[in-house]
Amino acid sequence: MSVLDQQTAGAGITKRQGWGIAALLFAAVMAWLIFAIWPDWLNDILISKKAFVSSIFNGITLAGLYFLVASGFTLVFGLMRNVNLAHGSLYLVGAYIGYEVTRLTGYWLLGVAAGFLVLALIGVVLQVTVFRRLEGDDLRQTLVTIGISIVAADLMLWMWTGATYQITTPEWLDGAVKLPIITAFRSNGDAVYINYPFYRLVVLGVAIVIGIGLWLLLNKTRVGMMIRAGVDDRAMLAASGVNVHAVFAIVFAIGAGLAGFAGVVGGSALSVAPGEDVRYLLASLVVVIVGGMGSITGAAIGALLIGLAEQIGLVYFPTYGIVLTFVIMVVTLAIRPQGIMGKSL
Amino acid sequence: MHIHRRTLLALALATGLTAPSLALAEDTIKLGILATFEGAFTVLGEDGMRGAMLAIEEANGMAGGKKIEIVKGSSDASPDSAVRAVRKLVEQDGVKVVVGPLSGDEGIAVKDYAKTQPDVTFINGTSAAQDTTLRDPAENFFRFSTDGAQWMAGLGTYAFNEKGYKKVATVAEDYSFPYTQVFGFMAEFCKAGGTVPSKSWVPIGNKDYSSVIAAIPDDVDAIYVALGGADGVNFLTQYQQAGGEAPLIGGSITVDQTVLSSKGKMRDVVIGTPSAGPIADTNDTPEWLAFVEAYKKQPDAFPSPSLFAHGYYINTKAAILALDEVGGDVSDGGKKFREALSKLSFDTPTGKVSLDKNRNAVADMYLTEVSEGADGNLYNKLVKVVSQVNQTLGIPEEEFLALGAVSRENPSCP
Repeated sequence: MSVLDQQTAGAGITKRQGWGIAALLFAAVMAWLIFAIWPDWLNDILISKKAFVSSIFNGITLAGLYFLVASGFTLVFGLMRNVNLAHGSLYLVGAYIGYEVTRLTGYWLLGVAAGFLVLALIGVVLQVTVFRRLEGDDLRQTLVTIGISIVAADLMLWMWTGATYQITTPEWLDGAVKLPIITAFRSNGDAVYINYPFYRLVVLGVAIVIGIGLWLLLNKTRVGMMIRAGVDDRAMLAASGVNVHAVFAIVFAIGAGLAGFAGVVGGSALSVAPGEDVRYLLASLVVVIVGGMGSITGAAIGALLIGLAEQIGLVYFPTYGIVLTFVIMVVTLAIRPQGIMGKSL
Repeated sequence: MHIHRRTLLALALATGLTAPSLALAEDTIKLGILATFEGAFTVLGEDGMRGAMLAIEEANGMAGGKKIEIVKGSSDASPDSAVRAVRKLVEQDGVKVVVGPLSGDEGIAVKDYAKTQPDVTFINGTSAAQDTTLRDPAENFFRFSTDGAQWMAGLGTYAFNEKGYKKVATVAEDYSFPYTQVFGFMAEFCKAGGTVPSKSWVPIGNKDYSSVIAAIPDDVDAIYVALGGADGVNFLTQYQQAGGEAPLIGGSITVDQTVLSSKGKMRDVVIGTPSAGPIADTNDTPEWLAFVEAYKKQPDAFPSPSLFAHGYYINTKAAILALDEVGGDVSDGGKKFREALSKLSFDTPTGKVSLDKNRNAVADMYLTEVSEGADGNLYNKLVKVVSQVNQTLGIPEEEFLALGAVSRENPSCP
């Protein structure tokens, strides 16, 4: 509303400036909420500053995880017009492989690398043996991916049983760090700081680095150029002499590899158990529907919205928290069916 | 043509797989076993199945002179999946005796379904919501495994008097079984004088608890946690990661073997956690020890049976004992069989079990504390046995019913 008001009231303000002012105001309020000492009435409304700030931070780190999974999903869709419903299984396979490698070698980083590489390989194999045969047959591809996900889920249940695994993170990632955010002062004048698990900050950092890396890959390299061209018009790309199959294989490798990577990283932050595949598939579906199919930036925005909605919902209205995620999806579909950053299909 | 041949092959395979169940001899009896073999409670369901198998093997696979034929039904802990699975067992497989389900809401859903199938007898697995048997029970639903409030017998008083906790926050899943557990804990704890200023209800299958942990008030003496399976592991691990300092009090399935035996760093925060439930790992009666020995022979068994193995064992055992009594005859719509069940009173690895008028068990409860065994595994050390706890927790029935049905808000003592 404030944007509209400004537009009609102040003559010289454009729509863009209006949005800018709104964003600045929002940022200022958030900064105040995070850094200021809360008055009592605010504590009464929002439970406590600790709860509020933690839910924001958790939302952002969870968004990082969702982004890792959804970016691969959205890439594959954007290029191949193929909704890979086995994407969640790739996440879970990656997590189990990361668990096994970490357990056998004792090096967590090796587990992470194995999660990425093995899944990238599986991605290529899937593309060459399954999807290439069904090219252009979207419905059949989608059905085949559902089949693969069901078979994979049962195979994993057979191999790793239904137990809950925790991938052990190394010592240097353990423990909590003190954030320079003060929640209150004790009676003796000492400030009470917020403690936050260090590992989660690392997850967030990794997600940002990978996001930037993907953006650079897509926008600054030759392969990226081909991928973008393929997203826009793959027939034309093929006609101009590019080996489309190779591009498809690369995209699938990156997508599957990222899912496997996210599996290990996520399995260390949370846990690995049957059912995770469906959960992450659903999360990435919602993320790309909100963010726009085929857009990396869209995946980032979608992940941020969904991650924050989930965590804030969990703290402030746990019973109906899940609904919030879907409300966001429904509103997006109603206002902008192609998603926030999506191109109309 | 190609497709045709494939379809034919598929059809042939499908009929081949179902055919054996059609060719049944008369001297077998079908026993449906419903448990969670999928979803967040998979481990729990698998252990329940071990318990059921134990009871069946003990009887050499025979009940009332007939060979037991097991038909498995799988749910994912949601009530609709349980009803779907039990309908398949009853309406397609023609099962007359069902053991299950495993989890709280499923129990209520199956009880409601039981009312539409008066000729089929339903014996609980481990579902432990109070209202499965307390309010509006079904004539043909039996529970030999007690409910979640009974399981908490002695814990509230112990936490207040022995541990000295005056102010406790609760974190539990948002469905009928944890409501029942919190009710059982608070019934005693609040009566003793304790307060519960904050209750967090989280959706089942939630992964990320750090926000929930952050929202727990800083000034509580302890946190009562009633989360099961993967949910419990996630909470405990993240509580450790977040540097949680308040001691914990465990619901019956929070510090159960399904959680204690999982791999990870959460061990540090659970040692010393008091809890209560229908079993105690370090129970040293010969009956229990024999049960543990037999249990360990089951494939992939835990170091010690979980309460799911225990519950399914007792309920399956009850089914077999009653079937023995009626000679395996359920041809009268199971009338004689149900009569035998109602009168059944038998000795289990955890003491005597009998039913009340709502067909809910009266049994011994165990107050425990998590400790590390000599072999490095975590166990629930027996602290105290509370003998023969009934569903109204020793309170006269009228008075107990007046407390109201369990829910998010009931009971309350902020």
